[in-house]
Amino acid sequence: MKVPLSWLREFVSIPAAIDRRQLTDLFNNLGLVVEGVEQIGHTYEGIVTAKVLSFDRVPKSDHLMLVQVDVGDGTPLAIICGASNYAPGDVVPLATIGTTMVDGRKIERRPVLGIKSNGMLCSARELELSDDHSGIMILSPETALGVSLRQALSIESPDLVFDLAVEANRPDAMSIRGVARDLAAQIGVSLIVAPSLAGVTDRPPAAPVRVSVEAADLCPRFIGAVLRGVTICPSPPWIAGRLTLAGMRPINNVVDVSNYVMLELGHPNHAYDLKQVGGGRIGTRWAKPGETLETLDGVTRTLAGDSATHRDGVIVDGADVAIGLAGIMGGASSEITDDTTEVLLEAAHWWPMALARTTKRMSIRTEASARFEKGCDPDTLPHAVARFVELLRLTCPDLSVESYEDVRVSPAAPTEIRLRTARVNLVLGTTPELIDDVRIAALLTPIGFSCRPVSAGVTAVTVPTFRPDVTEEINVIEEVGRHFGYRNIPRRVPLSPLVGQLSPLQRDRRSLRRLLTSRECDEAWTATLLAPADLSRAGQPVEAVALSNPMVAEESVLRTTLLPGLLRALAYNASHRNPAIRLFEIGHVFSHPRPGEVVPYERERVAVALAGNGDDATSARALFDAIVAQLGTKPRTLTLEATIDLPGLHATRSARIITTGTNVSIGSIGEVDPRVAEACGIPPGRRVAWLEFDLENLCGLARQPSTMKPFTKFPSTDVDLAFVTPDGVAALALENALRRAGGQLLDSISLFDVFRSPALGAGMRSLAYRFRFSAIDRTLTDAEVTKARQVCIDAAAKLGATLRA
Amino acid sequence: MNLDSLPDLRADALARIAGAQDLDALKAVDVAVLGRKAPITALNQGLGRLEPDARKAAGALLNETRGALTQALADRREVLAAEEHRQRLEAERLDLGETIGSSLPGHAHLISQTTEALEDIFLGMGFQVFHGPEVETDWYNFEALNFPPAHPARTMHDTFHLNLGEAESVLLRTHTSPMQIRVMQSMKPPIYAVMPGRCYRRDTPDARHLPTFHQIEALVIDRGISLGHLAGTIEAFTTAYFGRPIEARLRPGYFPFTEPSAEFEISCPFCPKPGAGCRVCSQSGWIELGGCGMVHPNVLRAGGIDPEEWTGFAWGFGIDRLAMNRHDIDDLRHFLDNDIRLLRQF
Repeated sequence: MKVPLSWLREFVSIPAAIDRRQLTDLFNNLGLVVEGVEQIGHTYEGIVTAKVLSFDRVPKSDHLMLVQVDVGDGTPLAIICGASNYAPGDVVPLATIGTTMVDGRKIERRPVLGIKSNGMLCSARELELSDDHSGIMILSPETALGVSLRQALSIESPDLVFDLAVEANRPDAMSIRGVARDLAAQIGVSLIVAPSLAGVTDRPPAAPVRVSVEAADLCPRFIGAVLRGVTICPSPPWIAGRLTLAGMRPINNVVDVSNYVMLELGHPNHAYDLKQVGGGRIGTRWAKPGETLETLDGVTRTLAGDSATHRDGVIVDGADVAIGLAGIMGGASSEITDDTTEVLLEAAHWWPMALARTTKRMSIRTEASARFEKGCDPDTLPHAVARFVELLRLTCPDLSVESYEDVRVSPAAPTEIRLRTARVNLVLGTTPELIDDVRIAALLTPIGFSCRPVSAGVTAVTVPTFRPDVTEEINVIEEVGRHFGYRNIPRRVPLSPLVGQLSPLQRDRRSLRRLLTSRECDEAWTATLLAPADLSRAGQPVEAVALSNPMVAEESVLRTTLLPGLLRALAYNASHRNPAIRLFEIGHVFSHPRPGEVVPYERERVAVALAGNGDDATSARALFDAIVAQLGTKPRTLTLEATIDLPGLHATRSARIITTGTNVSIGSIGEVDPRVAEACGIPPGRRVAWLEFDLENLCGLARQPSTMKPFTKFPSTDVDLAFVTPDGVAALALENALRRAGGQLLDSISLFDVFRSPALGAGMRSLAYRFRFSAIDRTLTDAEVTKARQVCIDAAAKLGATLRA
Repeated sequence: MNLDSLPDLRADALARIAGAQDLDALKAVDVAVLGRKAPITALNQGLGRLEPDARKAAGALLNETRGALTQALADRREVLAAEEHRQRLEAERLDLGETIGSSLPGHAHLISQTTEALEDIFLGMGFQVFHGPEVETDWYNFEALNFPPAHPARTMHDTFHLNLGEAESVLLRTHTSPMQIRVMQSMKPPIYAVMPGRCYRRDTPDARHLPTFHQIEALVIDRGISLGHLAGTIEAFTTAYFGRPIEARLRPGYFPFTEPSAEFEISCPFCPKPGAGCRVCSQSGWIELGGCGMVHPNVLRAGGIDPEEWTGFAWGFGIDRLAMNRHDIDDLRHFLDNDIRLLRQF
């Protein structure tokens, strides 16, 4: 909302001591946030009015004129001028010697072709009053001579235009007068009142207006007035100037006055050419299905008229033909033209919700619809008509109000709200010393709320009709707080009675983040929204949850795994010559809703993509062990189940991470399929190790007891055994069998060598383990160790793994 | 028995000790001059054949000689050991600037670091941390937050809807505020909670906006909570976060789910002197942080809490924007590129 200061001053007398910065603060503190302040216009120091006495062509020049002007003292002044659009008797602006023009030029007394010029006559463009540079600006013939241009044009200059952000709950501030009301209350001066209704609202209803009763849910108040004696012409410069400052384009006197009244009082209205309104009557109803209307913007719109789904509201003429889109835009057929002599003025009130669906469906938003959607004040309507007439009379002195009719469904009783002073102080954090019943009334009354004491500490507050947003006590409390000033509220820090601590899952998440960074992994945050092609490129099924309104196709589905994002981040870094890196991410992934659910199945995952030099699936395994150890997960809770069908992963170097015994999959481990890696932009030959867990499932696994497990004081004995093992036997299965065989005496078992050779036979590899045996209460004898060793060898043999000679 | 050879033996032994060039050679000399087969040992064995007096004198002489040789051996051993140690050290010389390759820890993402730093401050103030889903129903994201259907305030949030066959009822959350309702549903007041997380809006990406962004929400519900507590808490946590006194400025604003509502700004923590003005705050001395207000009674009711018994405040602000300001990041889009040249700076 653009608010010229000069316009504001018509409603509020702002003390001179309040400067631009203070005004900005005042607006901000009222919640009318200043998004910009523009200084408009100039002081026009040295520019005065002068009357053309006579003019002559300058000898030896093909276009220069020598003009004699009078600045009011009767002495002719000689001026050289390039234009010749004036006649003797015209009043024109004269820049006197010494004037600094708007563009910085200084007017000097210098001879032109031997003739001295005593100044310069100015075009409107040279004064930045308009774009007109066709000739010298001609002022009204009644203008006094020798007065400053500012005075002659009643320009308040320089003017400031405040660009205010008006929130959705401030319909009252969508007008100059509304802003003035808030400002006046804040600086403690009274609001200058609205124009008189005399001579306007008392006209007989000669041209009947009708408001269909069925459309009371569309239009609760409709005023029609017929104005005769209209002559279409340009607006006075000050009206055109203000509209321009407020961001609207001046068109002609009627349209400009219509817009001016809307900006000033906040209630839109519309002027029709009476001759084009069939039957000279006007009314409103819901549109009929398939009805069409060409609006002022030249668009022919097909209207909706199905009461079950949606109906558009229309203005209709006496022949029941739609001539306007209710509250949004007028129709093209009855537009004001240069030939208009009679105006049918419509000032109607529309329910916000009736308009909101139409503007949304048509993707149309006008100054009028924006105001109606926020909520206008139906009580402003007669004032808007009166102001319209008052302003149009400036250019149409013969204007008469032929008829006036106000059709209104019985207005709802004003909202009265019980306001508790104690509640005000509780919510704001103020004390009865700061805010009591008297103070409440003093804060609310200037902004239009009337306050009636009910009992000590309780006020009955009547909400003004221009605040339809205020319906509950809390809304009034906000108004009290706003005008009391948030900055004046004493500040305290509340004391929490709770213990601030992270949940176990939150601690684990942080612990994993620490572990992964300590393992040379950098943390990435990749995009949630992907292209379906990102998924297929990463070897994933394309069955992802899609957006119904994506901004771009590249970001149209929700990620189902962190793999595409991390591969893209690796590729990005590789393309910036940093291929050897390790990345991890902790983030949400999504899949279609589970049966009976409405929302997609959303899980948090932690994933690692290792592309460091030398990284391969074994690096992922090392990290897997580190993660399990870091979390203190009970040993052997998880099993790695080799599988060839993990999407995007290497068929012979990957495994599903499952819970031992219950076989619930909680992640995947291994390497990215080299074809997938290359398709995603990873440099050929670089292996990408992969590890992904469901975070909640991982952290939900049973933990080792946090009680001490005794260890022996006696020496232990190490035994190394190598087994020739078929590929079909998983190393972890062998290890688990050996661990069980080792029983109580086995301290630890670790794989220390793996090799394949033709000598071992095809599909066979040697797995060498170091066993450490001990007993809690003694040193083991050779016989005991020998026996334990044999049990292990036998257990391996059962799986088909034979001791290597 | 004759000890006449003793001085020569002694001199010879001392010469051999002195001539030993390494510890192994010295060990051989040790055996040769003091071992079982050494001439001096042989002399010792002859002592038994002497008269007691002569034996005593000869014994003393021999002992003195053995003692001297033992000492000489020890001295020589020390010298040689020192030399050997010196040579070993010399042989192992390493210029610590010559090391090849290094193992540096990775870096947590700046958004994680900022989130954790904020969480830690609130933990210290007795708050709990909650996380929630990024996909929400219309009810949690809007309706329970006092945005009725077709309310104009909904247009302030340009929402991504999911295509699940139903009419726009499931969406990507546009703010962390749905967590207010989820937290209210999960516990009874008093509630002191912060809720960080990822949010989505259909904003055209530029240096200061991303369709994907991160917010942290706070919710306090207790008896007697006021707007004054809200302002005080904002000042307390920003002061802790920036490590210098911060003043908060509340300006009346509008959010359907809070009333009174405010936009909050903090005194610029980057100005060289408070209020001096700097590039970050565009010379204004203030930085816009987020939106806040007293939890609207309708929202408390939606969360199953009696607004007459309890009052509360809430706020939310962008973690990305905070990190951007604090660390002088010139473009938010860096955050999703994951360029290690950026990640490794923090």
